[in-house]
Amino acid sequence: MTYVAFQMLIGDRAKYIGLLFAVAFSTFLLQNQTSIFSNLMKRAGNQIRDVTDADVWVMAPKTEYFDQTKALQESDLQKVRGVSGVDYAVRIFKGLPIAKTRKGQFAACSVLGLDDATLLGAPRNMILGNWQDLWKPNCIVLDKAGYLLLFPGEELKLGQELELNDQRVKVVGISDALPAFTTFPLIHARYTEALTFQGRQRQQLSFVLVRPTVGTSPDELATRIAEQTGLMALTTSQFQRASVVYYLKNTGIPVNFGITVVVSIIVGLVVTGQTFYLFILENLKQFGALKAIGVTNGSMLGMVLFQSSLVWFVGVSIGTALSATFFNISSLVIQLRHFIFFWESAVGVAAFMLLIIALASSAGLMRVIRLQPAEVFRS
Amino acid sequence: MNAVHCQQIEKSFGQGETRTKVLRGVDFAAAQGEMTFLVGPSGCGKTTLISIIAGLLASDAGSVSLFGESLCSLSARDQILFRRRHLGFVFQQYHLLPSLTAAENAAVPLLAAGMNRKLAVKKATELLGALGIGNRADAAPRLLSGGQQQRVALARALVHEPRLIICDEPTAALDHKSGESVMELLSSAAVHPDRAVVVVTHDNRVFRFAHRIAHMDDGVITHIESPGNQI
Ligand SMILES: Nc1ncnc2c1ncn2[C@@H]1O[C@H](COP(=O)(O)OP(=O)(O)O)[C@@H](O)[C@H]1O
Ligand SMILES: [Mg+2]
Repeated sequence: MTYVAFQMLIGDRAKYIGLLFAVAFSTFLLQNQTSIFSNLMKRAGNQIRDVTDADVWVMAPKTEYFDQTKALQESDLQKVRGVSGVDYAVRIFKGLPIAKTRKGQFAACSVLGLDDATLLGAPRNMILGNWQDLWKPNCIVLDKAGYLLLFPGEELKLGQELELNDQRVKVVGISDALPAFTTFPLIHARYTEALTFQGRQRQQLSFVLVRPTVGTSPDELATRIAEQTGLMALTTSQFQRASVVYYLKNTGIPVNFGITVVVSIIVGLVVTGQTFYLFILENLKQFGALKAIGVTNGSMLGMVLFQSSLVWFVGVSIGTALSATFFNISSLVIQLRHFIFFWESAVGVAAFMLLIIALASSAGLMRVIRLQPAEVFRS
Repeated sequence: MNAVHCQQIEKSFGQGETRTKVLRGVDFAAAQGEMTFLVGPSGCGKTTLISIIAGLLASDAGSVSLFGESLCSLSARDQILFRRRHLGFVFQQYHLLPSLTAAENAAVPLLAAGMNRKLAVKKATELLGALGIGNRADAAPRLLSGGQQQRVALARALVHEPRLIICDEPTAALDHKSGESVMELLSSAAVHPDRAVVVVTHDNRVFRFAHRIAHMDDGVITHIESPGNQI
């Protein structure tokens, strides 16, 4: 009877294609929205994730997220260095000066000032140049998206000049830094020089980057630093999570996406569920004739299960392929760089669609099972 | 032994005020090797009676036995399996599955019984040939005339060699000529010493095909005629 079920399903091409379209479209919409949302929120932690040289971040107490900084004292750095289990602890400065080009383009830039002696926290993914050139005077590394913003229409090349608070600097490297939530161009420079970009000579120690000695876990060390110095110390993943949570709580983005996702879910439910339920109802007469002929309820169940799993499999495959194609193409768009198709959203949405189709087919199946076979004599 | 034996069948529909008694103590029998007609005015309860005989509907009172076996002694599942094995149906509206070919439609009872599809379709195609539409075996039902569709339905009723065939107004949707030829096929292909054929009709032009005619009115059998088969 599987064959009969298969023919019933594909017999009416228009209906079958409609059904597949509904499933594929809902799958695509949901996977797309949930993945984009997760990617966007993940950006709130990207600048932290990008600093691969640190396992623990030390900051002023009550700091909530990466872009909120309160200066630490030089003595705080010494205190952190004094905690046992610290392999190294270096300063990092975070500022937001305005950069100007010769042609008059300007933009607020997110500047990271790296420890002069070690350059710990330098970008590791370089498109052009070497981060080691930051040791030369008045040199910076700019990220690719920032370059395209500040030098629109120009090809990627080294040696371009920027002016930061009357300070002339040269671009000696172009990085492929992970995009930050704020979308500002990302500049890496040496600590002492970065301070002058800001126009303030006072020491501005934003964070202390710490790596534990072998045998000490970051969690353990973070707790110890917090206890012994009274500062706030978070592991890289804790700090990322805190920053993401801050944006989740304090921007309209989750609400906005939440609405889209809820609407997609409803559309998916209504379109897919309804279409599939109607498909079964429209075939009720056929099921009735089969029932009179002596097809058992178990067989009917098998037929409906077969039809629904086939629709699910083909529809979700098409939808997932569309999503994958979307993320493949969108990764070429500079604003959407590093946006990935989360497998969690692919699998989660596939499971959700399975649930919807299972619900719709159980509803349809109830009708089939309750059907009075004697109805076939009535036209 | 009678193939079908009904005693004092009663059946009502509806609730309370609108409850109407459709069958009021029907005694009915159909013998193997014969074609038994059930005739009577529209609404007198013919369809209700054959639904009960076929086990598609439960009666309120009375007993039905098929080939000496009492239907109500079987479990619901065994009733379905009994139906699948021993009964064949022809409906007024054919009820062919639109997305299957003629041969596949005729093969459905074999498929339902678990026969391999190739073999089932082969058997059905042979039968369609015997019923004179072998050349339309691969056609979709919507491409067939009413008479051809009813022949496919006839093949579906016969393909698994059932012991009882039940037809409800098989010629009502057909013009006179196709109706006539469907009845001819029914009497030549379906009648068999081991099989009973029950035909509900009010088409008196086909009465001559009957071995026995049970007249029904207002929920009871009024009289039985034995005209003898004139063919
Ligand atoms: N499921 C049902 N519910 C209510 N009334 C029914 C039902 N089936 C049949 N009837 C009524 O029973 C009577 C007999 O119907 P039926 O057996 O179809 O007659 P026939 O086949 O002789 O024309 C009719 O009045 C019809 O309206
Ligand atoms: Mg009737």
